Amino acid sequence: MLPDSKVPEGPIEDRWDDHKFKMKLVNPANKRKFKVIVVGTGLAGASAAATMGELGYEVEAFTFHDTPRRAHSISAQGGINGAKNYQNDGDSIYRLFYDTVKGGDFRSREANVHRLAQVSVDIIDQCAAQGVPFAREYAGVLSNRSFGGAQVSRTFYARGQTGQQLLLGAYQAMMRQVKTGKVKLHTRMEMLDVVIKDGHAVGIVCRNLTTGEISSHSAHAVVLATGGYGNVFYLSTNAMSCNVTAAWRAHRRGAYFANPSFTQIHPTCIPASDEFQSKLTLMSESLRNDGRIWVPRNRDETRRAQDIPESDRNYFLEEKYPAFGNLVPRDVASRNAKTVVDAGFGVGPLKNGVYLDFADAIARSGRETIEAKYGNLFEMYERITGEDPYSVPMRIYPASHYTMGGLWVDYNLMTTIPGLYATGEANFSDHGANRLGASALMQGLADGYFVLPYTIGDYLADKLNTDPVDTGDDAFTQAEADVRDRIKAFLEIKGTKSPDYFHRELGKLVWDHIGMARNKNGLEKAIGEIRALREEFHNDVRVLGTAETLNQSLEKAGRIADFFELAELMAHDALDRQESCGAHFREEHVLDDGEAKRDDVNFQNVSAWEWHDHDTRQSKHVEQLEFEYVIPSTRSYK
Amino acid sequence: MSETLNLKLRIWRQPGPDAPGAFTEYDAPGIPTDASFLEMLDMVNERLIDKNEVPIEFPHDCREGICGTCGVMVNGQAHGHEKNTAVCQLHMRKFNDGDMIEIEPWRAAAFPVIRDLVVDRSALDRVIEAGGYIGVSTGNAPDANEILIPQEVAETSMDAAACIGCGACVAACPNSAGQLFTAAKLWHLNSLPQGQAERFRRTEAMVETMEEFFGSCTNHGECTEACPKGISQDFIAYMNRDYIKSKVYNRKLAGQKN
Repeated sequence: MLPDSKVPEGPIEDRWDDHKFKMKLVNPANKRKFKVIVVGTGLAGASAAATMGELGYEVEAFTFHDTPRRAHSISAQGGINGAKNYQNDGDSIYRLFYDTVKGGDFRSREANVHRLAQVSVDIIDQCAAQGVPFAREYAGVLSNRSFGGAQVSRTFYARGQTGQQLLLGAYQAMMRQVKTGKVKLHTRMEMLDVVIKDGHAVGIVCRNLTTGEISSHSAHAVVLATGGYGNVFYLSTNAMSCNVTAAWRAHRRGAYFANPSFTQIHPTCIPASDEFQSKLTLMSESLRNDGRIWVPRNRDETRRAQDIPESDRNYFLEEKYPAFGNLVPRDVASRNAKTVVDAGFGVGPLKNGVYLDFADAIARSGRETIEAKYGNLFEMYERITGEDPYSVPMRIYPASHYTMGGLWVDYNLMTTIPGLYATGEANFSDHGANRLGASALMQGLADGYFVLPYTIGDYLADKLNTDPVDTGDDAFTQAEADVRDRIKAFLEIKGTKSPDYFHRELGKLVWDHIGMARNKNGLEKAIGEIRALREEFHNDVRVLGTAETLNQSLEKAGRIADFFELAELMAHDALDRQESCGAHFREEHVLDDGEAKRDDVNFQNVSAWEWHDHDTRQSKHVEQLEFEYVIPSTRSYK
Repeated sequence: MSETLNLKLRIWRQPGPDAPGAFTEYDAPGIPTDASFLEMLDMVNERLIDKNEVPIEFPHDCREGICGTCGVMVNGQAHGHEKNTAVCQLHMRKFNDGDMIEIEPWRAAAFPVIRDLVVDRSALDRVIEAGGYIGVSTGNAPDANEILIPQEVAETSMDAAACIGCGACVAACPNSAGQLFTAAKLWHLNSLPQGQAERFRRTEAMVETMEEFFGSCTNHGECTEACPKGISQDFIAYMNRDYIKSKVYNRKLAGQKN
């Protein structure tokens, strides 16, 4: 059974305020009696650690990076939404709420999304006060830009480095608490298990990545702010070390995993150039404002792009979606690119991309205008591909970018394990089946600055004057022993293939069958092949070196092992969800015109999967979603 | 398909912080020119694993030039020879067939080697911890547009805030000085209206913490040359000015005890 989602009743505008009033409080003098562990120091983790430290809690923050400022939040380019209505263009909290529910294709909780829109306003204030150098107008007021899926200008930005600046703000706020002693920071420590006693989360087990030492840490509550699992695709825009291990270990200890098949594929990335490719680079979505997407009409086209006459070009988005053209949402743009490439019309040496052409924009507005808008992106493209996008069209292709699925949490951000919380991309809560641009930064900071610091008190209040469980307790020693066994097992396999080999092969399976378009046959095939490859991995992976030093191969092996299990669950979830919604596109469930066909009668819900053991499939629990304010409709962009 | 290069590599191998290190030579044939520098190292590692040899540890993560994790000396230059480019964004087409490439970790007393090419840069966190923030707790903020910041000021602040904390400035400096890193954070915060209340306290604390770990600046300018974000040396002058002022501002006022 799924626990109560604790979604409050009443008018949507009042729910969060009422809920805050009804929750139990911990008085300021008692907060120092509680210890909270925060795993992950990206936007969601650093903001939570900083804020809880300010409130007076004893916080221990863990990151596997050498410093908290490396977290992948740093790579977000475009911006952060805030319903400030500074542009006087009719924006409001309600409109941001509406856009986000619709953008998520009606698979998120209305109450959560409304709360997100409400606190978006406070986030902008907080970040500006911290010194985040947001873009400004000459008069000194804040600038805004518009972003996909919205008809107002509500995105705040700091050049193309908004994620970096917001993360530095949260990191600095946390370092201020490190200085006061309220936050104790552990770097290069990877969480490898959650410790449960009497059904409650009481601590974690970590490996020191420099010395290999395994250690236990106990607390009154544990927060996982450990990001998403986009690297299950091997090639993705995620940083190399992004992984699912923390969330997956929690899943195996009893936390339900929600909507694992909801993974976002971003349409504008630089295509892979060869087998050695280690990751894909995102080019900001804003390029679609001026670039025109096309492929040649002839499969065997050999001419250079600039020599192909208009009559031999297929501007497939403009032809199919005259109203939105190149600005259709991410999922639609990605799927259409895949269709033309799969049909053999791809461009580039590997025929694995489509053109994004700025020739018309340059002719219309002049090179200088285009340079002012996108200069840094063009430069990045040139650096990576060696081609000059001012004279040759860019080549782009979709890539794994963000995961909407994650640990199931209630309205308080608590997982199905009492005392274990999940925030930011690690949880499933706010984006439904598709995330809108400039919303990931907003959600990470909402959870960390303005939601969790309130809701965690409701759980802690009952634990007043109890000590954290001793790390000598059986629950800890058992978890430590499990971790040691796993590590030892990888080193003892002494197989023939590197961890990267298996990750690459797994990624191909996931991309081909659980990627942008899914069907029953493919998913069933994928499950069999993932299992076979997993078996091979556990018998034939070669991890060299020892467990007592820095050993990146060993770290990878553990993460890949968890990706295998996750990939299988993604396939089951995708197979089970017999509808198309948002980023989840089942080829069997389409409208007459080939667009996604949602099934609100049977699937207006969240699937939350419960782990049993290795040999038994996870069982599914369902949370029904109610839409009282934003009435479900078919998304149309034609 | 891209063209390929046959390279010779000299790479620093060091088993642990206290163990001696040495250069080891490797042949790296058939490296595609479209590969990034770190993808070249990936390929070398895959081949080492094939031969049952322990792979080379090197620092890396986002591979987009923003996280600041990566950084090695390439032929004696921090992040290699391409200007304004972190080594993860350096591509092999910038090298020639037959080149010998020497790869070392950052060399600085403040950055001890952990293993092979990976160093410990936590001294940079200590500098931030000393005062690299604006002390506004969550919930204290006024409406964001109540603080007006002229565009030029916001832009200059952003120029300094663009620092990715990779430590190339320290590695490139003959004195292993931490001035560019510290000055960039100070100017990011000291130039903004929000940063004024703590300006001189922050400056004094950060500069003096920096001096506990890093060498002295003698204006060589190697830091700016090596910086993947091209952060200007001018910020060091601003820092020095604020530091001198801080020694006056931070004195107790007449009549105050202690």
